[in-house]
Amino acid sequence: MLRQIIKRGSSSVVLSSRIARAVPSRAALFHSSSTQYSASKTVKLTAESYPNVKRDERYATLEQSDIDYFKSILPENALIQDQDDLLFYNEDWMRKYRGQSKLTLKPKTTEQVSQILKYANERNLAVVPQGGNTGLVGGSVPVFDEIVLSLANMNKIRSLDTTSGIFKADSGVVLEVADQHLAENGYIFPLDLGAKGSCHIGGTVATNAGGLRLLRYGSLHGSVLGLEVVLANGKIVSSIDALRKDNTGYDLKQLFIGSEGTLGVITGLSILCPPRPKNFNVAFLGVESYEAVMKTFVKAKSELGEILSAFEFMDESCQELAKKHLKTAYPLEEQHPFYILIETSGSNGEHDLEKLEAFLESAFENEVIQDGVIAQDETQLKGLWNWREQIPEACQINGGVYKYDVSLPLSDLYGLVDAARERLTQAGLLGDTEDFPVIDAVGYGHVGDGNLHLNVAVRRYEKSVEKALEPFVYEWVSSKKGSISAEHGLGFQKKNYIGYTKSQPEIEMMKQLKQLYDPNAILNPYKYI
Amino acid sequence: MSTKLNILVPVKRVIDFALKPRINKAGTGIEKTGVKFSINPFCDIAVEEAVRIKEAHKSLVNKIHVVSIGPTKAQDVLRQSLAKGADSSTHIDSGEQEVEPLNVAKILKQVAEKNESNLIILGKQSIDDDSNNTGQMLAGLLNWPQATNAAKVEIKDDEVYVTREIDGGEETVKSKLPLIITTDLRLNEPRFASLPNMMKAKKKPLEKLKLKDFDVDLSARLEVLKVEEPAAREAGIKVGSVDELVAKLKDLKAI
Repeated sequence: MLRQIIKRGSSSVVLSSRIARAVPSRAALFHSSSTQYSASKTVKLTAESYPNVKRDERYATLEQSDIDYFKSILPENALIQDQDDLLFYNEDWMRKYRGQSKLTLKPKTTEQVSQILKYANERNLAVVPQGGNTGLVGGSVPVFDEIVLSLANMNKIRSLDTTSGIFKADSGVVLEVADQHLAENGYIFPLDLGAKGSCHIGGTVATNAGGLRLLRYGSLHGSVLGLEVVLANGKIVSSIDALRKDNTGYDLKQLFIGSEGTLGVITGLSILCPPRPKNFNVAFLGVESYEAVMKTFVKAKSELGEILSAFEFMDESCQELAKKHLKTAYPLEEQHPFYILIETSGSNGEHDLEKLEAFLESAFENEVIQDGVIAQDETQLKGLWNWREQIPEACQINGGVYKYDVSLPLSDLYGLVDAARERLTQAGLLGDTEDFPVIDAVGYGHVGDGNLHLNVAVRRYEKSVEKALEPFVYEWVSSKKGSISAEHGLGFQKKNYIGYTKSQPEIEMMKQLKQLYDPNAILNPYKYI
Repeated sequence: MSTKLNILVPVKRVIDFALKPRINKAGTGIEKTGVKFSINPFCDIAVEEAVRIKEAHKSLVNKIHVVSIGPTKAQDVLRQSLAKGADSSTHIDSGEQEVEPLNVAKILKQVAEKNESNLIILGKQSIDDDSNNTGQMLAGLLNWPQATNAAKVEIKDDEVYVTREIDGGEETVKSKLPLIITTDLRLNEPRFASLPNMMKAKKKPLEKLKLKDFDVDLSARLEVLKVEEPAAREAGIKVGSVDELVAKLKDLKAI
């Protein structure tokens, strides 16, 4: 008889990684959506692109004595002054904005953040809080010479209560790291984004990010239980130990969720995490019209109900861009005007799959959908998600992208893409050759939340394109009673357009709050409102 | 090629390769409850290759038959294979019993004879026990030629050319039928099973048999003594200078 000791080192674990390495096309499917720079050209300074925006002379300029002070409270390597190193903090992910900051500070503790802000406030030094720098509206990079306050070194997970699912962590923890920690304990972070490998959880709260699973778990306004915040004057205000139910006083944390670093700097957060579904299934469908997308959505809601965790739609044009970018085999054989990605998640995978299959078969027989596939394993599941998650990169890889993230009534959702494409074509800006700045206007988004991403992929940033799109897009959205920013926020790009969505009394109240908590306006200037 | 091809593709259901397997509490095997199972990636490649041969040589292929030995759930991987283009299938229900490579090969021999197969394409190994035995043993039992670790398969006239990746290059072997081919990763990239084909697959034949339908002695020849995690890697240390580094390496007799 042959006796054999089987060690796991020689078994499937190792093989799995071998497979991923051995097959380039599959390996390509796994690369995370971290920031990607095309190092071809330098980004124009924001100050040059927008000459109308002037540096506010209220702010002091950085002096050697300031540097000396920061050196006295922070370790040497927490100060970044080298021009090349600063580029990472000065430029945004889309390579559309570039600030001229001479200093980035990377504190490790809440006390250090407090000391920095107290000093900056007394000296009138403007400060830009920055997380993973994956924002899409130029909100996390300086416009002029503001000091960048990077939270990247505040990256400690503080605690997870495995009974209640309450998770506490520093704001600079990367979303994917937080989610992996939660996964090991059977929980899930109630938010998922394409940029999960780079973005910070604090940044997602500061910008009230929406993401792919809002349909299932709701917005951060519901799941964040408490925040630890440093105000502009250095005062630390913390509600991080709050429990799920607390009906005493104003709910102050809500002020900071989505405030984009204009009222205070979030240094820690407590968030209620739901149990992690044990099984995920993903289907990828082709349909013939936007009406069919809506029909499929209604049907999915009624037939998949409690297990439906994502319903994403994509138009043909954005998938064509993704095909050029990803270069792997496309899941569906024929082309369709619209594609849908459906994810279900639940506690019983077989039961879920049965439901999903029954739903798809009936949708197919009733000719609501034209074609579709279901992921047969985890590799295919990740592969299918990739066709949705890689769209942002695919749109910007050829030069740049104008991004509009709007919410609209479902019936009007796709109308905006048609309108934008028509306007750009008529203006002679959109075409197949290098002569035209615009490659295409494409649409995708979270149907479940009435959220459309209109992306205008360009070969180069040109004022004429921006003029054709703005305020046209905002006016169009406003006329349908939509929001000009569903989840990306206002930042620098949309500062002047808040009036299309918010009323004058609302804006006034916001300005009063800003005046009250940051009277010197040192936090994230030139942006938001 | 004058003879028509009757292709047989044996497939296995294993723990999904993207998941990290966990060792059971008793340390006797891998934890299987509540874990996602999928088709063995090498088997998926074998099915894909069979379908590609059929698509490229329509008149040449009589049929593609897939077979799986495993629990009832193994029918899922058969249905997926049918949806991708196989014509018929056999499920041999083994319940929870582990069937060793030699016995798998003996069963497959009988399946091949019954289906009058003359080309068998199978994964070079399954990722659960990494034996890499079945194809070779089956070739021995049938006394057929074998071309293992295929990275490319071409049919020219009445011969099959198989390219294999070997140290320092490629090796191409050729053979007449009958033939056994085991698949390597680079052979192809498996397709997705489309919804219409999934529905059609439900109408394709699925023969259901049991282990006792085969005249094979299933008693185990191998005994698993222990399954254990690889030892955790020890933390490294930081050295202050090159001299210190060299000294440390010398201490460890690394240089």
